[in-house]
Amino acid sequence: MPDLKRIPLGAWFGLILCAIFLFAAIFAPLVAPHGMGEIVGDVWAPASAQYPFGTDNLGRDLLSRMIYGARTTILIAALATALSFILGSVLGFMAAVAGGWFDTVSSRVVDLLMAIPTLIFALVVLSVLPTTVVTLILVMGILDSTRVFRLARAVAVDINVMDYVEAAKLRGEGTGWIIFREILPNALSPLISELGLRFIYAVLFLSALSFLGLGVQPPEADWGGMVKENKDGIVFGIPAALIPAAAIALLAISVNLVADWVLNRTSDLKGGRGNG
Amino acid sequence: MARRPAKPRGDGPLLDIRDLRIEATSYPPGEAPRIVTIVDGVSLTLERGKVLGLIGESGAGKSTIGLSSMGYGRGGVRITGGEVRLNGRDIMKNRASGFRALRGREVCYVAQSAAAAFNPAHKLMDQVVEAAVRHGTLRRAEAEKRAVALFRKLSLPNPETIGERFPHQVSGGQLQRVMTAMALCSEPDLIVFDEPTTALDVTTQIDVLAAIKDAIRDTGVAALYITHDLAVVAQVADQIMVLRHGKLVEWGDTRQIIKEPRQEYTNALVSVHEIQHPEKAPTGTPVLSVKNVTASYGGGRVKVLKNVSVDLCAGQTLAVVGESGSGKSTLARAITGLLPPEDGSVTFVGRTLAPRLRDRTKTDLRELQMIYQMADVAMNPRQTVGTIIGRPIEFYFGIKGQERDRRVAELLEKIEMGKGFIDRYPAELSGGQKQRVCIARALAANPKLIICDEVTSALDPLVANGILKLLLGLQAEEGVAYLFITHDLATVKSIADSIAVMLRGEVVRYGPKSRVLTPPFDDYTDLLLRSVPEMEIGWLEGAISGRRMASAGN
Repeated sequence: MPDLKRIPLGAWFGLILCAIFLFAAIFAPLVAPHGMGEIVGDVWAPASAQYPFGTDNLGRDLLSRMIYGARTTILIAALATALSFILGSVLGFMAAVAGGWFDTVSSRVVDLLMAIPTLIFALVVLSVLPTTVVTLILVMGILDSTRVFRLARAVAVDINVMDYVEAAKLRGEGTGWIIFREILPNALSPLISELGLRFIYAVLFLSALSFLGLGVQPPEADWGGMVKENKDGIVFGIPAALIPAAAIALLAISVNLVADWVLNRTSDLKGGRGNG
Repeated sequence: MARRPAKPRGDGPLLDIRDLRIEATSYPPGEAPRIVTIVDGVSLTLERGKVLGLIGESGAGKSTIGLSSMGYGRGGVRITGGEVRLNGRDIMKNRASGFRALRGREVCYVAQSAAAAFNPAHKLMDQVVEAAVRHGTLRRAEAEKRAVALFRKLSLPNPETIGERFPHQVSGGQLQRVMTAMALCSEPDLIVFDEPTTALDVTTQIDVLAAIKDAIRDTGVAALYITHDLAVVAQVADQIMVLRHGKLVEWGDTRQIIKEPRQEYTNALVSVHEIQHPEKAPTGTPVLSVKNVTASYGGGRVKVLKNVSVDLCAGQTLAVVGESGSGKSTLARAITGLLPPEDGSVTFVGRTLAPRLRDRTKTDLRELQMIYQMADVAMNPRQTVGTIIGRPIEFYFGIKGQERDRRVAELLEKIEMGKGFIDRYPAELSGGQKQRVCIARALAANPKLIICDEVTSALDPLVANGILKLLLGLQAEEGVAYLFITHDLATVKSIADSIAVMLRGEVVRYGPKSRVLTPPFDDYTDLLLRSVPEMEIGWLEGAISGRRMASAGN
């Protein structure tokens, strides 16, 4: 286990914020002072002791909706990222190791997908399919996996020509061992730094979709949707739309701080035992 | 030639290093960071126009001392004590601008790997004249003229036009000479040669060595010549300093060091390579029989093996010798099935091997193991020694858990390493230990044949010697046969039972060791034999004048 004293300040900051976000997301019904859809006061009431962030465009408690929103946003973004990583890296590694027609076909399919602007592609798909959480995760995960595929393939092509991979092939190891035991541990550092970034892109992407009305559907709360609901208030000087926006930014920063730290540790070749 | 800013020039020795102390911070596993001393109280003086050889194993601090003469510490290394006096002044009192004025003008550096030291995006000429032009020593046109003269002196082909080429367009030996020209171009007082010929073939090394020696003599520059090969340094140096663990062992005239070493350690360095290995006569049916194998890269366009036939008897060693590009490693790839031969057959323990790796049985794979030249890339850096050695045991014999660990410990014992290594990562091992772990990994499969691809050429002589002794001991114990690929004939003498000499994909001489190494020689074997540096002063000149053909990498 990592030595607690050696965690740098930035990582602490990121870890604590991430922990708070996660705690709020997981225990939303227990933490939130009010119900998610419960109308508790005036429209766009200012912050007060009772409503720390004020209320939204329908008079619902903003803090409670933020907490429930964290749940939806983080869950969907996390699952979409997980899907994109599993899909992208396994296919990318396989393309690099197998080569030949499998590499050519999968790389061209990925090129094709990447040639279409992601947001437009997602808008078209989501306007045809029913907008449920599962379709959202699938669409986001598959579209994002093209980026991961590119990265994983590029990294694995370099590793695949190392002598230790050749030694494993000479031993007669199967593709599974070569991918998961020889290549994956050595490809982890670039993938992890990408993981943090991809998760944040997923949050932003989801928020953008919700903002455009194709993501999470009301009355479910999610941060992008909340910006959309409250955006008209900005004209009247009401900060309700800025609070979910700030939450998105804060989550992005803290996740990246943690990813940086993890990257530092995994790029160490002595099993994390000797890193100044 | 108008030299604009005059170089400082004091009386007395050119370089005078006193009580040099160099330190770095290390981060040992599980402990607090501590300061390690890399060089401890070394003093040396170097007169103008003289050559001092610095010799020692990796980690002896020889490169670090060499770089200290230009006030440079590589990779976080700090010069913490002593004086470095160059041209009569203490250069450690310099600021950054003072160092800039000094480097590339008073002191130049020739790196070990010229291929890595040249910028691949610029033409050679631009890089060669850069220092001289930037320091204002010479105008561009003058510098180019001087560079061409130096190219000619270093006997590079087409001296007028070679500067127009890019680094990847010349051979390794040529690039090393271009680098020497680069160092000489700004007319420095001192050049630091850091293992300039170590990465080259023996046959190329001799040419580069001769070129460097002539250039030093003709330009009157002083030099620090860093190497781990005593026979090489004996050819160029006036004096030799032997270092170990950052401390001075012995310092004296070249003749005294190689003929009458006073210290035990120097004696060990001088007498290394003397393993007596009686040749075994071929017995019975061979364990490996390569018949008329032809192989090529790029779908038949580049033939790399032409009609190669060799036999190897059980428990014996066949050495395959040749320069880079002679096809010796390709022969290994053809035998292992990584490069399926186009023609011919490989018979192993009575079975004809499938040409392709993926068509071979697990027994074929298990009984034919391989050890690589670069032990550090032959092991997965993310696996512990236990996993690296244990995997073949698990994979071939299905042994897991404690029984596997016991076998791993046994193997570690065999390669003369203790139990403490089982949880270490490759990055925590020394070069020799890494190669030992690779040997253990091969042995773990209980093989009948191990292909050793240049297994000692990346190691220090003493460490390499230890590895060779270990391999011979294991052969006597386990009866395993070796196919030993090397360019080093001295190694061959101490390990082989039979020898195959390869040139451009063909076997040009093949037979028992005693027959191959007895005259009359063919021209190529003669060249190879003559190129092995001998610890004799004046060997270089004799070898150059006596040879009958030029080396391919020239």
